[in-house]
Amino acid sequence: MTTVASTRPASTPSRPAALDHRTPSSERRAGLLLSAPFVLVYLVFVIGPLLIGVVVSLFNTTTVKSGLGEWVGLSNYTKVCADPLFWQAMWHSVLFTLFTTPPLVVLALVFAVLAARIRRGRVFYRIAFFAPYVVPSSVVALIFLWIYTPQVGLAPKFFHAVGLPVPDFIGSTSGGWTAVVLMTLWWTFGFNFVLYTAAIQDVPSDVYEAAAIDGAGPWQQIRFITVPLLGRTTSLVLILQILASLKVFDQIYLLLGGGPDQSTRPVIEYIYDTGFTSYRGGYGAAATLIYFAVIVAISAVWYGLRRWRATRAAA
Amino acid sequence: MGRAMARRRFLALGGGLALTGGLSACASPVVSGLTGAQPNTADVLFWNLFTGGDGANMVLMEDAFRKAHPGVSLEATILSWGNPYYTKLALATASGTPPDVGIAHLSRLPLLAASGLLEPVADTGVTELGVTPDRFTPAAWRKATVDGTVYAVPLDTHPFVLFYDVDLARKAGLLNAAGDGLKPMSGKEAFLDALKAMKDAGAQYGAVMSITADPSTAWRCFSMVYSGLAGPVVSDSGTRVTIDDAAMEESFAFLRSLTSGGLMPGSLTGAGANALFSTGKAGFLFDGEWQIPAYRLVKGFHFNVVPFPALLGPKPVAYADSHALVVPRNSGRSAGRTHNAALLIKSLLDDSAVWAQGGHVPAWLPTQRSRAFLDQSPQRNYVQAAFSAVYDPVAWYTGAGSDFQNTVGATIIEVLAGRLTPKGGVAAMRADLKRYTTARPPVTMKEGATR
Repeated sequence: MTTVASTRPASTPSRPAALDHRTPSSERRAGLLLSAPFVLVYLVFVIGPLLIGVVVSLFNTTTVKSGLGEWVGLSNYTKVCADPLFWQAMWHSVLFTLFTTPPLVVLALVFAVLAARIRRGRVFYRIAFFAPYVVPSSVVALIFLWIYTPQVGLAPKFFHAVGLPVPDFIGSTSGGWTAVVLMTLWWTFGFNFVLYTAAIQDVPSDVYEAAAIDGAGPWQQIRFITVPLLGRTTSLVLILQILASLKVFDQIYLLLGGGPDQSTRPVIEYIYDTGFTSYRGGYGAAATLIYFAVIVAISAVWYGLRRWRATRAAA
Repeated sequence: MGRAMARRRFLALGGGLALTGGLSACASPVVSGLTGAQPNTADVLFWNLFTGGDGANMVLMEDAFRKAHPGVSLEATILSWGNPYYTKLALATASGTPPDVGIAHLSRLPLLAASGLLEPVADTGVTELGVTPDRFTPAAWRKATVDGTVYAVPLDTHPFVLFYDVDLARKAGLLNAAGDGLKPMSGKEAFLDALKAMKDAGAQYGAVMSITADPSTAWRCFSMVYSGLAGPVVSDSGTRVTIDDAAMEESFAFLRSLTSGGLMPGSLTGAGANALFSTGKAGFLFDGEWQIPAYRLVKGFHFNVVPFPALLGPKPVAYADSHALVVPRNSGRSAGRTHNAALLIKSLLDDSAVWAQGGHVPAWLPTQRSRAFLDQSPQRNYVQAAFSAVYDPVAWYTGAGSDFQNTVGATIIEVLAGRLTPKGGVAAMRADLKRYTTARPPVTMKEGATR
């Protein structure tokens, strides 16, 4: 839905115009008032907890006692940085991102293009592809846990029936990654699909007409018109997907519990384990902020790259 | 203008009415959620983590309480076992909305007590109902005591025990004259001989144990062997590594000698151990007594359960844990609710012969010495294990299902599988423990315990 706005270049030139002549104060007040509910929620539920997190990370706070505990300075940060398990968990989150981002972007694009070119039952395909996304993670995990269960699950039975070696989906590291990546593909692919579908509808039909008159076949139309015109959407989908994948927690926690032997534990589960299960709130907060800094850095680099490319393209 | 105001006031009034209506309709959960008070849905709220056979037995005991106290409504909630349960219990208590009675493993007690989350047992009124120290297994009662104050009422002791295949043992000549137990044995040579005899009697393996991806079982077995020689691996409330290097190397070497000589598989899953033992392909099984109900279901399979003999040390040692009943601290709990909690605790203790069906040894001596329990076989065989029980060392990070057990268990699995030498195992264990002893504890154990 955000894509629709961002793919329309019309929104950018309007900004300098608004800066030129000052908006009347009554209108500014109205703007402030209208955004107040959101700003309030944002302050209370995002900025507030973030600041509390910063404070807590400097103390030996525990989740089982009220109060901040003793002041420990930056030692929570140095301990998190020195903990190999933290960096292993960080790596697992990155690994998950590497496994899921390419298929989730490419498959969403392919299926959005195909669904857009279908003549009959387009609505059915759109709903069918998007539907899994609205199912809660706990339900998805429960269903897939049954599918993957050794001996009685659907997947092991299928492998057995076609005579393939049955992978240990839940009990081994490689099987665990396969299981969780396949489940994530099925579950979240619909969101990117919708973004692409919206963007495809924004491509004017006269471009296709002109191409058809010039003798371009369907494949050439997709390759030289649809995909390039979706460039901005692709870059948005990519960054949204990277951020979403880096934030992975519920699928892995519910399906594998971070196992076997913590070999798939993502960084958010590390934070949960130390901050809540081990009751070390201050330490968990420090780990959260380090992870937060990494995410902000990735977003900033991405934003910078996009601006650099935009100015280069304009020049 | 006036009309507009009137309309607004009307709307506001209507909204307010709708809101209060909504609140009163589902009064307790919503209001208690908003005010942070304890949900008042029953006269006594009970949290536990039992599913399967234990869960079914617990439901029977809850029903017995309801029958005996028709005026007291009981609401029991089952939460998932292990870390998720303890996280919820601790956070609910810290935020002032705990249950009235909860189950806790005694191995998990030190942190809960030190955080000031538990009501001392003396303040709950169970003493007046006859729950006194002299009526409990001493080892369990000692473990329920943190720095001089008792914080939990032990329900059972569940030791790590020795299962054996009766038919194989008879063939191997290991049965005693009465045929209801093993011939007395002591020391590692005798034990190794018994495993060899089982193998010679036609078993594929002398013994089996769940090893792969089962760090808790590995830790239980190791802890039992090592405790025969030395004290706890960490001391001073878990801030100091106190490994006896020689004893640990000897323990590792002994365990490795079982797997390297082919007497026991060095890597086997829980399901694999179950399959081998229940089909007569293994003479012994090392596991917790809570597996008894599972093997009872196997038709035509004769097994028995005894405590482990002395292995490396002079005396037999049993690794064990206990389920216990705790009353989480809640400043808003009325005297009436506390009394109901005490009634529930007493009722569960009196009914613990039902609980023993799951394989556990009742900690409540009146039940432990009752006909109802002594008629249960093989449970009566290993009562002694409850008295020679060794628990997890006292620390904020130890206990059933903890990260600590997962970490040290993973190292023990490496030694059992032969990927680490006994000497390397000692070094790895020291590194594992250092991770925890150097981490800053969330609560200071001593300070909390003296409150």
